[in-house]
Amino acid sequence: MLKALNKTGLVFFPAFDWAIDPTHPEREERLLYTQDQVTEEGIFDISGIIEYKPELVTTEDIRRAHFCAPDEETITTQSHLISAGGAKAIADAVLNKEVKSGFALVRPPGHHSMRVSHGGRGFCHINIEAIMVEYIRSRFGVKKIAIIDTDCHHGDGTNDIFWHDPDVLFISLHQDGRTMYPGSGFPGELGGPNAKGSNLNIPLPPGTSTKGYLYVIENCVLPVLEEFKPDLIVNSAGQDNHYTDPLTNMNFSAQGYAKLTSLLKPDIAVLEGGYSIEGALPYVNLGIILAMAGLDYSGVVEPDYNPDRLKQSVSITDKIKKTADLINSYWKQKDELRQKAGTPGDLQVRHKEIFYDTDNIFERQKETVRICRDCGGCFEIDSTATPGGHILAVHIPINACKTCIETGYKFFDKADAGKFDKVFLQDRTKDTYEIK
Amino acid sequence: MIIGIDVGGTHTDAVLLSSNGIEKKVKVSTDSTDLFHTILSGFSQLLDNIDPKKIKRVVISTTLTTNAIVQQNMNPVGMIVSAGPGIDPASFKTGKHYYCVTGSINHRGREKAPVNKMEIEDIARKMKKQGIEYVGVVGKFCVRNPSHEILIKRISNKYFKKIFLGHHVSGNLNFPRRIATTHLNAAVFSLHKSFFEAVKQSLEEKGLTVPIQILKADGGTMSLESSMSFPGQTVLSGPAASIMGAIPYAPENQDAIVLDIGGTTTDIAFLVDKAPLLEPVGIRRGQYKSLIRSLRTDSKGIGGDSVVRVKDKELVIGPDRKGPAMAFGGHEPTPTDALVVLGLMDEGNLQNARKGIHAIALDLGLTDDEAADQIFKKCCSIILKKTFEMIDKLNSKPVYTVHEFLEGYKISPRKILLLGGPAPYFAKKIEELYQIETVAVPEYSVANAIGAALARTTCEVSLNADTEHGIVTAHEEDFAEPISKTYSDDDLIETAYALLKEKAINSGADPDNLDEVEVVEFQKFNIVRNFSPRGKIFRTKIQLKPGLIKGFEKVLQ
Repeated sequence: MLKALNKTGLVFFPAFDWAIDPTHPEREERLLYTQDQVTEEGIFDISGIIEYKPELVTTEDIRRAHFCAPDEETITTQSHLISAGGAKAIADAVLNKEVKSGFALVRPPGHHSMRVSHGGRGFCHINIEAIMVEYIRSRFGVKKIAIIDTDCHHGDGTNDIFWHDPDVLFISLHQDGRTMYPGSGFPGELGGPNAKGSNLNIPLPPGTSTKGYLYVIENCVLPVLEEFKPDLIVNSAGQDNHYTDPLTNMNFSAQGYAKLTSLLKPDIAVLEGGYSIEGALPYVNLGIILAMAGLDYSGVVEPDYNPDRLKQSVSITDKIKKTADLINSYWKQKDELRQKAGTPGDLQVRHKEIFYDTDNIFERQKETVRICRDCGGCFEIDSTATPGGHILAVHIPINACKTCIETGYKFFDKADAGKFDKVFLQDRTKDTYEIK
Repeated sequence: MIIGIDVGGTHTDAVLLSSNGIEKKVKVSTDSTDLFHTILSGFSQLLDNIDPKKIKRVVISTTLTTNAIVQQNMNPVGMIVSAGPGIDPASFKTGKHYYCVTGSINHRGREKAPVNKMEIEDIARKMKKQGIEYVGVVGKFCVRNPSHEILIKRISNKYFKKIFLGHHVSGNLNFPRRIATTHLNAAVFSLHKSFFEAVKQSLEEKGLTVPIQILKADGGTMSLESSMSFPGQTVLSGPAASIMGAIPYAPENQDAIVLDIGGTTTDIAFLVDKAPLLEPVGIRRGQYKSLIRSLRTDSKGIGGDSVVRVKDKELVIGPDRKGPAMAFGGHEPTPTDALVVLGLMDEGNLQNARKGIHAIALDLGLTDDEAADQIFKKCCSIILKKTFEMIDKLNSKPVYTVHEFLEGYKISPRKILLLGGPAPYFAKKIEELYQIETVAVPEYSVANAIGAALARTTCEVSLNADTEHGIVTAHEEDFAEPISKTYSDDDLIETAYALLKEKAINSGADPDNLDEVEVVEFQKFNIVRNFSPRGKIFRTKIQLKPGLIKGFEKVLQ
């Protein structure tokens, strides 16, 4: 009789009645064969593997991580609320110590959704990991959290949400942005002036194989984690690095994913992308589940797996080593970089343009952040979306210092409601959200 | 007239029913070493002075297979298992003669690695040499494509008496459970066969020639002939018999709890609008998990004969039983003794019961009556607590679509139906303590036999249509037919109904009792490759719901 070495929680929500459109990669069929494989393997009968029911996230949950324009209801469907709720259910199970770790196999995904969301981009409407992380911080008071995004696409949404947050370490491994949507995630993108180094972006060349991924995990991600000492590790477990994925150009395997999971030892894994629904997902998901549970995964091999054909070239190996060295040097200099980033008390302005490919929206942002050495710094975002509205969003971080709290309220109070469709204030210190 | 007989662990109950109600009821002690004799003595007493020609239906429920499992008294079975990628199939080893072979089918039913004929031949010869007569062959994803199982059977058929194939067991996915279930069918086959052939012959000698029906764990019946391929389905038919016996008294359009309070355990089950809940996958008992369709019941270690103790000034009841209550010659105080002391139960030796309760009362610093009352209350509260825990568990069942998630049914029972010896005493107390309508089922002591007598035939078919591959299959029924690209939802349901009807009639169903059909599952997916639609996958599962046969309304009053 099989018994999991580590008690593992699973939420399975394949949203069998939701699709972006009938032939879209993000469609009903996506997790069908994964469900078949997991069911046929008898995963839910293994002692120590516990299945949880997803909950619906509430508007309050979304409002910890996002400013939704015009509002939460307009840009989400029930499936989004349940998908995020799946991640939340796993968080509850892990943080209440019912299980050692957990995996939310849910769709639709979320890691391209940024703090301000006017709609869908990169198949995502709301960021399910970020909503979960903010829930964990408010509900359980966990301070330091690391999010490792192993989806093949840069997790630009999560990157954006925690850009100014020194307590959330975000590391994304992805196919080089010059060859892949969303076209960002270069090593120099290190986080805002108050949080330099707490965002690490590791682009990998097309053709990276299992060896390359595990090299980065062992030589870059694990040493950084060792030093950061997070209270909780979250894995945004995208599965589109697989050698059969139709949208990407990588050579990762089910064995590789399982190995990665056993090295990273995430407390919580949340499914993100992955569109090789027959050839990859059933095996990759099975591998991740077994690895989390501490069970033997050596038999989880794709029927057409041929490691010789998937070997990466020497030049790719060299490129990866160079990138890893660069990232490590940035990490070592992070305190210095923060010092250099600006003078405490100053306001620093940044302009951004964001394209929502799924919903065809174009957004312009002007962000003003207070430079602070005591907290992540409050900031305001002036955002205009076409089509869409004009909003002002003020964020006060959860561990904000007194001055940043006051500055945040000043931003909000002085905003001329007549100039905007809506003005929002997200005060994470009090877990409140105001609209005027 | 019809007959229901339930061979339980301690008692065997039998009833003879006519459209006027209960004509006769019989209770005999079960001799677990000779169930054949037990069953015959039940029949003899029941048929005394009755013309056997008047009997139109006979349903039998026995603990034969359950006992065989508990006593490890089964045939050695050879297993040939083919897995492909995934968990090591050696983890599901059923015994000494267990062989993992090459060959693999994937989740879509495509062959990924072929069967090695030489390998199968070698294994078959080896097992034959070791005296193996019964063999189970199970492939991963055989319910999507059984060709490997069929081929392995063809290669090894000549060496063995009977070969059981995994895809015949169930249309459900779950490879480990399929291995366990196929193994069980093969292991109890010869026992089941010789027992029921003997029963059939003896009944024929008594002039009883109607086809015998066997009760299954899902509260339905199957013909004796079809039971030969799936003898494992008779396991745990006892609890199912009791639940079926409670149905006549369940409220309509409401949920009810069924509690069968026995000596050692209490069985807990639920009825939703008079229909019993089924296990989603199959029978589970501790480590043992199968694909055998079954009613959802939980057995908890609390009953009339549970041992009562005082631990750290706290009353503890069960979960063990050490013989009968002191009032009936036992050595440990029990809730039954409390009932005797309280004067609720007339039977039994009051003096002995009081002796046991007195010891408890001394430890608690109470009078005998106070102690007895506390024991009784505590016993009720344990039973109810376990019941509410089970409701919470049922209501937290995960779901797979938005629709189901939002419409997810929540059980909220308004009535409790009690069965078993002490039912009437408990009914009053539970109602008083919990303010929930509680009744002891009339004829509570033979409700199980009534349930068996009235249970109708049940069955289920699972279909999978794949328009990209151009085929609709129900491998469990050995059914496969080509389909066109335009195959629709309606076509699938029509095929499913036809197959279900055929299966039901073959299992001995009365054609007049075939209207309770229910679509349990229906899913439809577009298959898309390279951004263009290639076809559709349809899946459905339909069942003949567990329930009671028509025409015995009077019995229900």
